[in-house]
Amino acid sequence: MFESILITIATAATPLLIAAMGELVVERSGVLNLGVEGMMIMGAVTGFAVAAMTGSVWLGVFAAILVGAAFALLFGFLALTLVTNQVATGLALTLFGLGLSGMLGESFVGQPGVKLGAIDIPMLSDLPFVGRLIFGQDPLFYVSILLTIGVAYFLFSTRAGLMLRAVGDNHVSAHAQGINVIGIRYLAVIFGGACAGLAGAYLSIVYTPQWVENMTAGRGWIALALVVFASWRPWRIVAGAYLFGGVTIGQLHAQALGVGVPSQLLSSLPYLATIVVLVLISRNRRLTMMNTPASLGRSFVPDR
Amino acid sequence: MRRLLKALAAATVLGFATTGAAEAQDPTKACFIYVGPIGDFGWSYQHHQGVLELEEELGDAVETAYLESVPEGADAERAIERFARSGCNIIFTTSFGYMDATNKVAGRFPDVKFEHATGYKREHPNVSTYNSRFYEGRYIQGVIAAKMSEAGVAGYIASFPIPEVVMGINAFILGAQSVNPDFELKVVWANTWFDPGKEADAAKALIDQGVDIITQHTDSTAPVQVAAERGIKAFGQASDMIKFGPETQLTAIVDDWGPYYIERVKAVRDGTWEQVDVWGGLKEGHVVMAPYTNMPDDVKALAEETEEKIRTGEFHPFTGPINKQDGSAWLAEGDVADDATLLGMNFYVEGVDDQLPK
Repeated sequence: MFESILITIATAATPLLIAAMGELVVERSGVLNLGVEGMMIMGAVTGFAVAAMTGSVWLGVFAAILVGAAFALLFGFLALTLVTNQVATGLALTLFGLGLSGMLGESFVGQPGVKLGAIDIPMLSDLPFVGRLIFGQDPLFYVSILLTIGVAYFLFSTRAGLMLRAVGDNHVSAHAQGINVIGIRYLAVIFGGACAGLAGAYLSIVYTPQWVENMTAGRGWIALALVVFASWRPWRIVAGAYLFGGVTIGQLHAQALGVGVPSQLLSSLPYLATIVVLVLISRNRRLTMMNTPASLGRSFVPDR
Repeated sequence: MRRLLKALAAATVLGFATTGAAEAQDPTKACFIYVGPIGDFGWSYQHHQGVLELEEELGDAVETAYLESVPEGADAERAIERFARSGCNIIFTTSFGYMDATNKVAGRFPDVKFEHATGYKREHPNVSTYNSRFYEGRYIQGVIAAKMSEAGVAGYIASFPIPEVVMGINAFILGAQSVNPDFELKVVWANTWFDPGKEADAAKALIDQGVDIITQHTDSTAPVQVAAERGIKAFGQASDMIKFGPETQLTAIVDDWGPYYIERVKAVRDGTWEQVDVWGGLKEGHVVMAPYTNMPDDVKALAEETEEKIRTGEFHPFTGPINKQDGSAWLAEGDVADDATLLGMNFYVEGVDDQLPK
């Protein structure tokens, strides 16, 4: 039972982790894309539709990543090339994604989908206690862990990562140094979209293999909040996502056990706990300032 | 030339014919406001299915329009007013939270008919209210659950502690107790109507804690699907969700709004529309039980027998003796709860293992 609970927590945390990790890279490059929810829901509908039509979950996952990236490209064109307001453009992207996905997905409502099942390694998956936890989860869980390692390594141990952070901290200086600010931001935004698309596919292919309108139910916004509360640090996002997932599942169990705490309070616990813990670990103001991309949300026009 | 004349003549006749029909009666315009997207496969989806039935039945005689995902509150009033101005003859507002907005707009448009689902305010003669007795279906589910459960405990995923939901929980446990007086019910409040992921998590939590029957009062198919994955029996909600649990769904309560919509739009056409307060159940066909599946014949027979008794009015799910959760008496032997009490229900009956959130 304990193992099963931990796997449930991992399932709840993984989509948040993937989407937040993508948005982290975007924000580290100085761009604020509030369209995560919209890109995620587009990924969810695409992943479901392609998997259902072709019968291949992996094609679905792949298509979701592409569509998420394409949606992000649209944002990039508006916000980076046409220099529109990033906040407004991101919000518009979310609204557009929610509406468009509902229209595209209409014929898939009420159809059970194809599920991307857990992996099974002979011997290892059957190990007591840790077997299924470490060796028997769905493949995208492992992708999310690799993604975190990759992003952390990229941002803080590579030259390209340094350039990306430079662009996010002071785009004018970066530009003066000959760094292609807009080009790097485009790549970051597209990466963020791909991650959001993947997170969406996780919902409609692994978490609950079905398509219903608005099925992201605000997870894109939670991912956005996680990035801020984790003060733009990859491993803190992991902590935040798992804490959120853990408290969510924990409070459901507490309810089923019949503890005498009002369910409304229990339901708000994941939000409260995550914010409190992440604010506490980020309470060093100077360090937080250092981690905050200084150019976040500010548009850049090279010639100005 | 002759051919042209012929064509002209035909056109004239045709023209007259169509004008004649149009003069006979313009199509009635029926408009609908939904709280969720029509693709939720739950509450709003079923209302929309009712509208499709209406279109099929009345054909050209009806013209429909709808607005989906209209938030309850100030936006609702604007949406309803827009419909009223745009020439709708009858407007259906399909969520509890539209109650005040519906009545407000109705006062300004006395010639338009208004129908509000699940509410109780009828402040103007042109406002009707309608609802369905879903508790009848929940009682039958309780009976089946107690027969099918080996653990003797079921899990109930609830949305918000409003009378409609509390009534459903009570009906379920009463049905179960009629078979097994010691039957237990674990309740988990999701505090949402619609979040597939969270509903799935709630189902998993309940199953991990040993329930072997899952039922829900939230709108997505996720709990049925999770139950199917784990090989646990479950009940569908609002729509027939058998596709999500072909070997595990026992039955589902299906909301069928079609007959009511057809009846009311026809009444507008005939000029016989009058204010009503309708609370239809199995008898009126507003509540339909999906086929009883994945259960032995004797359970199926018992379920059908219970359904028939409720349909004919021979038995009411809330018939005494019934105690409240704390053991105090509520209904005496043979007493039946009146509708007003049911619609305002804010307490559990004996046997529910949960504290009702206030």
